Amino acid sequence: MAWELDNDRPIYAQLVDRIQMQIVSGYYQPGGKLPSVRELASVAAVNPNTMQKAFVELERSGLIITQRTNGRNVTEDTELIESIKQGMARGHMEFFFSKMKELGYTGEEIKALIDNEIAQ
Amino acid sequence: MNELVEIVGLTKAYDARHVAVNNITLTLPKGKIIGLLGPNGSGKTTLIKMLNGLLTPTQGSIMVNGHYVGVESKAHVAYLPDRTYLSGNQSIRGILDYFVDFYADFSRDKAEEMLKSLNIDPDTKLKTLSKGNKEKVQLILVMSRNADLYVLDEPIAGVDPAARDYILRTIINNYNPDATVVISTHLISDIEQILDEVIFMRYGHLVLYTSVDNIREQHGKSVDAYFREVFAC
Repeated sequence: MAWELDNDRPIYAQLVDRIQMQIVSGYYQPGGKLPSVRELASVAAVNPNTMQKAFVELERSGLIITQRTNGRNVTEDTELIESIKQGMARGHMEFFFSKMKELGYTGEEIKALIDNEIAQ
Repeated sequence: MNELVEIVGLTKAYDARHVAVNNITLTLPKGKIIGLLGPNGSGKTTLIKMLNGLLTPTQGSIMVNGHYVGVESKAHVAYLPDRTYLSGNQSIRGILDYFVDFYADFSRDKAEEMLKSLNIDPDTKLKTLSKGNKEKVQLILVMSRNADLYVLDEPIAGVDPAARDYILRTIINNYNPDATVVISTHLISDIEQILDEVIFMRYGHLVLYTSVDNIREQHGKSVDAYFREVFAC
């Protein structure tokens, strides 16, 4: 299946998000091997150059490590993965709270709604 | 040297009133997948035919990998025309023989492997295939050449979404960092995610040559949406 991509953002940025998500969620394990640029480009049905650009971005953030002879691996630095995960969670929380405030809920009301949701 | 195609002051006038391509200057690098986009009648096919040496420019010049378009360049340019030039009565096997004879850079093994993965029997005649399979076979023939430049004129017109995905994957999987693929289409949203760069043409003029991610970054919209804005009528 080709990856679903949004129309309003650069493609490489969406590939970065997607692979980052697969790493923090454990789909690709810490220290685990990643597919080649070409394989992943084919799966996603995107241009290999764009996938390459996404990998470069992920290397820069330290999430993936390139070994000259041995392809690419996910970092073994679980602290780094955890901090990126927390950063993503914070992003989701901020988005959620801004939407709820737009709807007119107070902090207390949101808390009650969350408790209610968890209880279900 | 990273330039593959150098087009300088290129013009094609069919007669004084019909200028299909008007003074285009453009340099295309190696290793890119480039969309050639424009409304009907904007000069895409005329430009493509000049790249292939099927039409002679009225003015200007084209060089492909250091050679002026001609016998030498044709050996290194693989072309998928917008309508077929193959005889429907030929078997696939016969067409493969023909390509082996014709093109020194044609890999029969590669073509046969791809045909096998599609379960297409080499003894079938081209005309008995469905429209989607006909398109696939012709793309396989073109992509089985080891060319410097692949020029695909409307490769996905009129095929179903599954066939389209197959065609896009075939282009990606055969992508070679030293070669460039030029794809003309007006079905932009279907191929946008495999393109590096886009060329916009209108009334024979070059309107824009930039990268897909540039358009998305600068305008916050897809190339398809941006195209509709630029060419709104």
